[in-house]
Amino acid sequence: MSENKHLLEVEDLHVSFFTPAGEVKAVGGISYTLDEDEVMGIVGESGSGKSQEAYAIMGLLQSPGKVIGGSITFEGEDVLAKTKKEMTELRGGRAAMIFQNPMTSLNPVYTIGNQLVEALRAHDKAISKEDAAQRAMEMLTMVGINNVEQRMKQYPHELSGGMRQRVMIAMGLICHPKLLIADEPTTALDVTIQAQILELMKDLQKKTHMGIIFITHNLGVVAEICDKVCVMYAGKMVEQGPVDDIFYSPAHPYTEGLLRSMPRVDADSHERLIPIEGTPVDMLNPPEGCPFAPRCPHAMKVCLQKMPPYVELGEAHRSACWLRVQEALEKKEGKNDG
Amino acid sequence: MAEKLLEVKNLHKYFPVKGVKGPGVQAVENVSLFINKGETLGLVGESGCGKTTLGRTILRLHEPTSGEIIYNGETIYKGEYPFERKELENGGSVLVKKNVPKAKAVDMFHMRRKMQIIFQDPAASLDPRMTVGEIIGEAIDIHGLCKTKAERSERIKELLDRVGLNTEHANRFPHEFSGGQQQRVGIARALAVEPEFIVCDEPISALDVSIQSQVVNMLEDMQQDLGLTYLFIAHDLSVVRHISSRIGVMYLGSLVELAESYELNKNPLHPYSQTLLSAVPVPDPEVSRTRQRIVLEGDIPSPMNPPSGCRFHTRCPYASEKCKQCAPEFKEHQPGHWAACHLLDK
Repeated sequence: MSENKHLLEVEDLHVSFFTPAGEVKAVGGISYTLDEDEVMGIVGESGSGKSQEAYAIMGLLQSPGKVIGGSITFEGEDVLAKTKKEMTELRGGRAAMIFQNPMTSLNPVYTIGNQLVEALRAHDKAISKEDAAQRAMEMLTMVGINNVEQRMKQYPHELSGGMRQRVMIAMGLICHPKLLIADEPTTALDVTIQAQILELMKDLQKKTHMGIIFITHNLGVVAEICDKVCVMYAGKMVEQGPVDDIFYSPAHPYTEGLLRSMPRVDADSHERLIPIEGTPVDMLNPPEGCPFAPRCPHAMKVCLQKMPPYVELGEAHRSACWLRVQEALEKKEGKNDG
Repeated sequence: MAEKLLEVKNLHKYFPVKGVKGPGVQAVENVSLFINKGETLGLVGESGCGKTTLGRTILRLHEPTSGEIIYNGETIYKGEYPFERKELENGGSVLVKKNVPKAKAVDMFHMRRKMQIIFQDPAASLDPRMTVGEIIGEAIDIHGLCKTKAERSERIKELLDRVGLNTEHANRFPHEFSGGQQQRVGIARALAVEPEFIVCDEPISALDVSIQSQVVNMLEDMQQDLGLTYLFIAHDLSVVRHISSRIGVMYLGSLVELAESYELNKNPLHPYSQTLLSAVPVPDPEVSRTRQRIVLEGDIPSPMNPPSGCRFHTRCPYASEKCKQCAPEFKEHQPGHWAACHLLDK
């Protein structure tokens, strides 16, 4: 195996929705790589395209959404070239997904056990019903559910929100996936339950060494669980880097703004929040140039005209901002003069 | 000494459930608190802990089951507790209805001018078939606050300006606005009657992260300029911590702790407050790697059938036999710092 083989490679991915009102470029050119044993967070506001990007990987884009450019490579295979049947095999098998609302993603008319066994047998045709039930119970124990035998016979409505999310995680992991995409798995939960689920996911990740993509809008959760972070704004990736770089030396005004505008529970004194002014982008008529420019306090003329290129700022830390381009140029010139 | 604007004593709110004997859902259980003029009292707790019900019951949008609400010296509700506890043969006990005199309550119409509310979901709380101008103007008309048409439209303009919207927005419908703007309309509507006291019921949870801080700042500015008093309800402890001078923590219908915002953060007395504080994710990787987190076992019990004694004992890591049997008293352990826990009585 060559060294630079990644678990997942996304190259310049474009996803568009062809609505009657016009084309909505939900994802406009995203690239990243994910290795085994790595947790990557994707942060962004609603409508930033963070979920659509993940749906594209799993082949779950709903009409009128379409991948219109770029490539997705999972374990060396081209995901976009796969047939429907091959995608069905991939989904839930080697790559699994957990959704935001466990109530709507579990089938209300089947028992928990039934659904877990179905997930397993869909991918492993040879396994007997008894063995499958046994595995399902092991999984439920692993995600911290007690009285598994009784739980297997229960329906989703009989469980609490936190329990349901645990069942979803068990279902996602039952075929030992290499990649897990978690789409806001804790957003619908209370803080104490969120803490339980985050601890559980950290624990499971250590045991299974899978790669996880964690989609969220909560920077606190990102700091808690992720190794690296992608920050998205209006379908564009504005900054990407290791979690410490993003939090301690953010290189994009949007990331900076997000960090500054959040009140912190451990703050010592009352400081006025510094909000990001303006409103989120209307995706039907996105601004030309950098999508954040209309709200950016440092916006220059060029920002309104052209999307900035990515500037490498250190190991795996890149940012798309004209300010950084300028700095990089100045540095280069300084070197030439010297 | 600060002046009390609102005082609540032993407030109960039960929702009867069809087909079930007894009190039904015990959403608010024996809550006592006061709010000083010009301050913000934050209320935090998990979903289903009764914080929204408490906020609405104070405004009498829900009729209280019993207790006392005093606003600016005027008693707006006073009723006796209509249940008594009866011991069962098997050792348990149930609440049985008893006859009490009819509660004393004032007509709320004139109080609505002083006490207002901002709702959680701005899209659901604005009438989709009314323009923003009509929504704001309706409150002005009902209370007869403007005599002429010109005065009325001037007032609407002023209110829109106050919340950072343009004058031409008055002719648009709610669906034409983004979530943050809709919430601004909701705030303008509450301000239209020049209230003194506003219950902010999760006013920012439905908004995007970058918009939340805009609204928080606006609420703070309004408080300074207009001398408002807030009851700020939210489940996000970091926001409540930011905006409130004092914070109350609720668990399963009861207030378990109440203290100055800084004090609660540095020195939480009740085990539940400690857990809640440690569970809030902090946007700082270094802090989250090093800090100790208390993770609670299990889920929040049903308020239909709350645990006996201290309602938190089923999940409390320090629970003893005493906690199971009798409910701890909510009392002042340090000046200005109330809590309800047997552990603190030693």
